[in-house]
Amino acid sequence: MTHFDAETAARARELVKLYPEPRSALIPLCHLAQEQDGWLRPEAMEEIAALLGITPAEVRGTATFYDMLHTEPVGRYLVSVCTNIACLLGGAEELLEHAERTLGMRAGGTTSDGMITLEDAECLAGCDRTPCVTVNHRYVGGLSPLAFDQLIADLRAGRRDGEVPPHGTLVRVRRNGGLRAGKEQIASERAATADAQAARARAAKEAAEAQGGGA
Amino acid sequence: MAVTDAPRIVTARLGHDDSHTLERYLATGGYEGLRKALTMTPEAVAAEVDAASLLGRGGAGFPAGRKWSMLRKDPVTYLVVNGDESEPATFKDHLLIERDPHQLIEGVLIAAYALQVTQAFVYVRGEFALGLERVTQALNEAYDYGAAGTDIFGSGFSIDVVVHPGAGAYICGEETALLESLEGKRGFPRIKPPYFPAAVGLYGQPTVVNNVETMSNMPWIVLHGGEAFAGLGEGRSAGTRLFALSGHVRRPGTYEVEMVKTTFRDLVYAPVYGGGVLGDRKVKAIIPGGVSAPWFGPEQLDLPLGQDEVGNAGSMLGSGAITVMDSSTCMVRAAWRITKFFARESCGQCTPCREGSGWLERVLRRIEQGEGREEDVDLLLDVSDNIAPGLQWPPQQTTICVLGPSIPSSIHSAIDMFRDEFLLHVKEGRCPGG
Repeated sequence: MTHFDAETAARARELVKLYPEPRSALIPLCHLAQEQDGWLRPEAMEEIAALLGITPAEVRGTATFYDMLHTEPVGRYLVSVCTNIACLLGGAEELLEHAERTLGMRAGGTTSDGMITLEDAECLAGCDRTPCVTVNHRYVGGLSPLAFDQLIADLRAGRRDGEVPPHGTLVRVRRNGGLRAGKEQIASERAATADAQAARARAAKEAAEAQGGGA
Repeated sequence: MAVTDAPRIVTARLGHDDSHTLERYLATGGYEGLRKALTMTPEAVAAEVDAASLLGRGGAGFPAGRKWSMLRKDPVTYLVVNGDESEPATFKDHLLIERDPHQLIEGVLIAAYALQVTQAFVYVRGEFALGLERVTQALNEAYDYGAAGTDIFGSGFSIDVVVHPGAGAYICGEETALLESLEGKRGFPRIKPPYFPAAVGLYGQPTVVNNVETMSNMPWIVLHGGEAFAGLGEGRSAGTRLFALSGHVRRPGTYEVEMVKTTFRDLVYAPVYGGGVLGDRKVKAIIPGGVSAPWFGPEQLDLPLGQDEVGNAGSMLGSGAITVMDSSTCMVRAAWRITKFFARESCGQCTPCREGSGWLERVLRRIEQGEGREEDVDLLLDVSDNIAPGLQWPPQQTTICVLGPSIPSSIHSAIDMFRDEFLLHVKEGRCPGG
């Protein structure tokens, strides 16, 4: 286990401890890996698997379900243009066409300098400022084509780096400490959950065997 | 009456720029509901919520009190808050999460106490990055303030809350998919029965899953009593509710209005709400409850914003998202974009939804692009009928979850209301509107 740097590894272990079952930390750990690397590298998925006691394929299997977990590299700035219904009514298709034309690529692509990835996004829940655009999941409001060009120029020049978090970083505020409601109580609850699950698994197995015997 | 004098229950603080801070929260009665709840028995708190007749604000509109009463007795139970707001044009929970995170957390703590749950999870849609920061910050402050953690406010009750980020998947708003996601898996809705997580939920344990707006109502309900809440609105639709108004209106936004006493027309035209249609054009259609809902025409503008009133008229209030489409809107394009959304977001487990959404999207696209055939219009209805047999409302279901039967809503509505427009698209090979 060497892919995560010391700080990331320490935060990863804290995250796992927050959940009754380690695997629940899978998505938070993927976000954490993206914070370190900008995307979800195979080495990171292996390390996450080891932390959770599951296989790298299970990590990948979950990660590939989710749009925000990038198993391929993404640009330094992920620019998402919502084109769903409310934004469509506000001119989103026209804005996306403009963006594709000026950036010289289709949505889903990344500029050759690795700076901008353009995304044709589903509703981002910013429907009062259309067409809604986000950069690294931060809202920049409804944009005209002209304002979009300015945004791209600002991003390239690093003028938005104060408000837009670095590549891959989702949340800049960290949980201040772990669980506190009483270690004994949590331990007994987790044991009870494990017992209940084992009982259910036994019952399911017995039922399956009974059914198999009858057939 | 267009605008009632009902109190603002969940948006009272939003006039302040610092509504998300602990200072503002405490200065405006924050955590008083939790303090009061802790002096009551858990059963008494639950009884107030039951008396409030609060219908869940997520989309299905199931009574919150009844949901709580169904929680199976077990040594380990969980409370999970659904903050995965992703129904297109819905942006109300987003507002509550970003602008009043302490109110949400106080609601969670009150609910946890009433349910005697000692671990709660707040699942926040991954795209709400600022919201995740605000809720995490608020939770840190709540722990330091003594409202969360061990022996909260000296009551002897202990509770941990974990803020959990999603990662971009509409389907995780479906409560069993959300639980799968919270278990670190793909967001596949679970096969029913069991129908309710209250019987089998997170890690197989009894779990209550409540929406963000539902939770945000708790502090007010405890402070003012369930009766006071039930006294607002009418019939089954008690209290106030947030409506996210979008599309061709002058003032799109999220508005808290008294249920039933307010109509669609009020919301669209009242100066304090939508302020009228852009360019004074006419309403062509409205989507009354998120894109899963069948559409209404202008003749239904005077319907009250009530669960049963809208349900009896053949649609639903759903997620509280109301989208106005004016006379300039191309209905083929609107139906196509909504269907494209479902095609992208289908989890892929069930054939009618996975295959049907893709075929419907392609047929709609070819009509929109001027390559449609006249028989395509009935083909769309035929494929839709295979997903939701009979195309009735509420829909029949051929799939594990309700995403599938939501797909035909916009297609069926658009063709039903604007068949001529579809045929003109086909005939002229372009949008007749220009």
